[in-house]
Amino acid sequence: MSNNASLSGRKYFIGGFFVLVAFIYVLRLFYIQVINDKYKLDAQNNAFRYQTEYPMRGYIYDRNGKILVYNEPSYDLLVIPREAKGCDTLSLCETLQITKEEYLKRMKKASQAPNSPRKQSVFEKQMSAETFAALQEKMYRFKGFFVQKRAVRKYPKPVAAHLLGYVSEVSKAKTEKDPYYKEGDYIGMSGIERSYEDALRGKKGVQIAITDVHNKIIGKYMDGKYDTMAIQGKPLYCTIDRDLQEYGEKLMQGKKGALVAIEPSTGEILCIISAPTYDPNLLVGGKERARNFSRLYADTNSPLFNRALQAMYPPGSTFKLIDALIGQNDGVIKRSTSFPCAQGYPPMGGKPKCHPHAPVDLVGSVAQSCNSYYSYVFREIVDQKKYPTFVEGYNHWRNTVMTFGPGTHLGTDLPYDKPGNVPSVPYYNKVFGKNGWRSNTIVSLGIGQAELLLVPLQMANVVATIANRGFYYIPHCVKGVGTEKTIDKKFTEKKYVAVQNQEAYTNVIDGMQMCFDAGTAYYSRVPGVVACGKTGTAENPHGKSHAVFMAFAPRENPKIVIACLIENAGFGGVWSAPIVSLMIEKYITGKVTRPELEKRMMEVDLIRGKNLITTEYH
Amino acid sequence: MVQRRNQNSLFYGVDRLLVLIYVLLVIMGWLNIYAAVYDEEHQSIIDTSQKYGKQLLWIFSAAIIAFSILLIDANFYTAFAYGFYAVFITANVLVIFLGKEIKGSKSWFRFGDFGLQPAEFMKFATNLALAKFLSNQNISITHRIGFKLKQIIKYYRNTFWALCIIVAPLVIIILLQNETGLAIVFLAFIIVLYREGLNVGFIIFGIMVTILFVLSLAFSQIYGLLIVLAAMAASVLLFVKRTRANVIAVVAVYLLAASVVLGTNYAYNHLEAHQKVRIDVLLGRGEVNMKKEGYNVNQAMIAIGSGGFSGKGYLQGTQTKYDFVPEQDTDFIFCTVGEEWGFVGSTVVIFLELLLILRLITLAERQRSDFSRIYGYGVSAILFFHVAVNIGMTIGLMPVIGIPLPFFSYGGSSLWSFTILLFIFIKLDANRLLVLR
Repeated sequence: MSNNASLSGRKYFIGGFFVLVAFIYVLRLFYIQVINDKYKLDAQNNAFRYQTEYPMRGYIYDRNGKILVYNEPSYDLLVIPREAKGCDTLSLCETLQITKEEYLKRMKKASQAPNSPRKQSVFEKQMSAETFAALQEKMYRFKGFFVQKRAVRKYPKPVAAHLLGYVSEVSKAKTEKDPYYKEGDYIGMSGIERSYEDALRGKKGVQIAITDVHNKIIGKYMDGKYDTMAIQGKPLYCTIDRDLQEYGEKLMQGKKGALVAIEPSTGEILCIISAPTYDPNLLVGGKERARNFSRLYADTNSPLFNRALQAMYPPGSTFKLIDALIGQNDGVIKRSTSFPCAQGYPPMGGKPKCHPHAPVDLVGSVAQSCNSYYSYVFREIVDQKKYPTFVEGYNHWRNTVMTFGPGTHLGTDLPYDKPGNVPSVPYYNKVFGKNGWRSNTIVSLGIGQAELLLVPLQMANVVATIANRGFYYIPHCVKGVGTEKTIDKKFTEKKYVAVQNQEAYTNVIDGMQMCFDAGTAYYSRVPGVVACGKTGTAENPHGKSHAVFMAFAPRENPKIVIACLIENAGFGGVWSAPIVSLMIEKYITGKVTRPELEKRMMEVDLIRGKNLITTEYH
Repeated sequence: MVQRRNQNSLFYGVDRLLVLIYVLLVIMGWLNIYAAVYDEEHQSIIDTSQKYGKQLLWIFSAAIIAFSILLIDANFYTAFAYGFYAVFITANVLVIFLGKEIKGSKSWFRFGDFGLQPAEFMKFATNLALAKFLSNQNISITHRIGFKLKQIIKYYRNTFWALCIIVAPLVIIILLQNETGLAIVFLAFIIVLYREGLNVGFIIFGIMVTILFVLSLAFSQIYGLLIVLAAMAASVLLFVKRTRANVIAVVAVYLLAASVVLGTNYAYNHLEAHQKVRIDVLLGRGEVNMKKEGYNVNQAMIAIGSGGFSGKGYLQGTQTKYDFVPEQDTDFIFCTVGEEWGFVGSTVVIFLELLLILRLITLAERQRSDFSRIYGYGVSAILFFHVAVNIGMTIGLMPVIGIPLPFFSYGGSSLWSFTILLFIFIKLDANRLLVLR
């Protein structure tokens, strides 16, 4: 207690300290509230409005600088429901041509979660220029409403819809994951628009405006100190040749399938077509977009499905090229090797079947596409003595094939590509039992059938590898991003496949040239160009065989490789080869000397089964 | 007879001024929460989907708690002082495992729509434990200063234990729950230690360290600061007798100061980015982006500043209404006061809180039992710290630390916690003629 008495004087220090702090605070408040004008705002009845300034998406150009995609202005009408009291509803409904009920419905939607009466929501999306003009005059009567400028994508030529992809409103899940996106923002949903979203989208800006009670903007908040400018998205320079793409799409109309052309010396995709296609301008805009989308979605020919990347087809006879390469590389066949053919593969009682042709060596087997020959080759590879069991031989074959791309994601810059399929040992063990299969069980793999599946892009990549004699660049469709034209380093690195025997390539290419000169593609010779090709007729469980053709040209310093697949069109030489031939002629010589063939190819309608010529042989 | 009945009354001896200020603050707080959350679509005041509706529930429950505290015998609080402390230390550890993560810290128990933060209740528990410890007749923290190790251990053992009681919850809440704001509140108990005899030397030492701390943060050239300090030390040596002892003392002080400067700089460089930024904002150091990091404080000051002398009027604030100010119903509630009630309203709030705090000191001093006095000072110190930091940050005098304005901010945990803190003292004060320990 005595102790306490001597200490109780300290209460004055403590109390004094508290009072001092309070006094300082009051002084400070007096300074910022009464003396200093810096924090003053003429606040009576003022409100602030965050106006997002949307950046223009980057333009997309083709390899020759022609525009593939640009932007057009469009206008959204936004509303802050709690400020919309006393708005001239009738006049607004009239201008927008909506009913009063629709108006109330939209207002309710804008007020309820996840929207909020105090936050802006979109009331009418992408108004036409006329509606906007009519609205603009009367804006002062629509309290709580204001217009925001946006931009929509426009396509000067209605081509490359699958490649370019489309832009639409960002999903709720995405806005929750990525803070950059707010509800109502646009985002690339597929194609290049998706894979180059970060470069294309640019950067949003924001302007804080002060408005008066009449919904009129009366100034910038703090003189625009906190405003940021929108930064336009970067331009993209594509590897696509717009004219070739357009020409190819014309040739592919009336057909289901895909066509992919690549420049082998760079891996640049020259054109990539999925047929049937659609006009990309259909998937732009507000109401129409939704309507068109559901129409395309419901179409039984699936025009929205990107066959070039996602449809996995058996490659058919075109796959024999890889067998020929592996066989020579392993030393089981050479140029002079020949095998018996009795309109079929003799050891298996004539299965797989073959068509009548003169006895062939390696070159001839490519040109004539002998099934028996490649059944032998496949089994020779798989049953090689150096492998203790055929399973190891099979794995050797499978691994070698996969270095060409099949069964893997190539790593292209387009989204959603499928890997295809090269069946694995565990798969066959499951199907046939652990010891229930031999090389003859799966012999049809050798002629590109059975479970073997490739997407058209992979088929084109296989030809590119052959044209390059042993390597490829990952196929890609963008040459450069932004004005500095940067590109991912992986697209400039050579990928070597497991077959590096140059003689093997020469022999196969000789066969491919002979395919045009005297083989299965004889009727599709390219005037004035030495082209090399291979036909294929891919049997499939969905009906008539798919017509496959792959080619490159010219033979020396190849400029273009093309793989073309047309669904249920029968023999590859009849439908796919002429189209590829026309494409090569167009690209290499710049003109087409066969207008009749061109006309026939463009006009035929294989989807509805008209004018269908088929020849049933392999 | 009349006297007897009065003594048995629940309100016998209850300090009416304290209760009156408490009620006033709670009512004003609720009115401002209503204004901060105000929204034309939800006008019913008992809408529990809105924060003011929930706050009404919190207020009613706080009233029930207050009555319950008055009902319980005052001896209960001394008897179970350590018990409370142990229980809430345990709760604060358990919340890490059972709690729900909100904004990067796990400090909340959730019950449906409502949440409780055990760290808030640690305040009164710590206060009880500290009062219990220091009110022990055998324990005193008043001592001469000694420099020999033996003396140090002998003299400062009790001070050390008292500090442990204070620092334990602080460490748990910072390290385990990552709630720096809630934790540093416990530093307020230093004021209690001072009142109970802590040597002024410590306080002066603390102030000096704080000044050096701020200086080394304010000057980006810390080596310049070290040179200035060295010059000061040298000039001291010019004026004092240069005996061996003096030189050693000056050099020792200089080395200590230098290590504080370097230590601060090191600690600052190792702070988390957002904490660094808060210090930068306060000191106007470096390039602070007013749109981002400086946003909160700048918007808070604009809101308060725009209130002017008499304010814009109730529910008329545009800054708070349009969500410019973050956390305007909790940590930044003072902005609503400043904007809508102006300088007059702000001053009234500061005055009421100050009156409450000073009244607590006055009442504490009239206690017979040391326990009640110490507890009273604890309440006073805790409230002072909250008010000073909370209002200080909204007017740019303190770094942004997320702690509530007592009785004012939205939030059940803080209202309950402050109510318990205050009403235990009101009960102790009502029984001030008893000697409790």
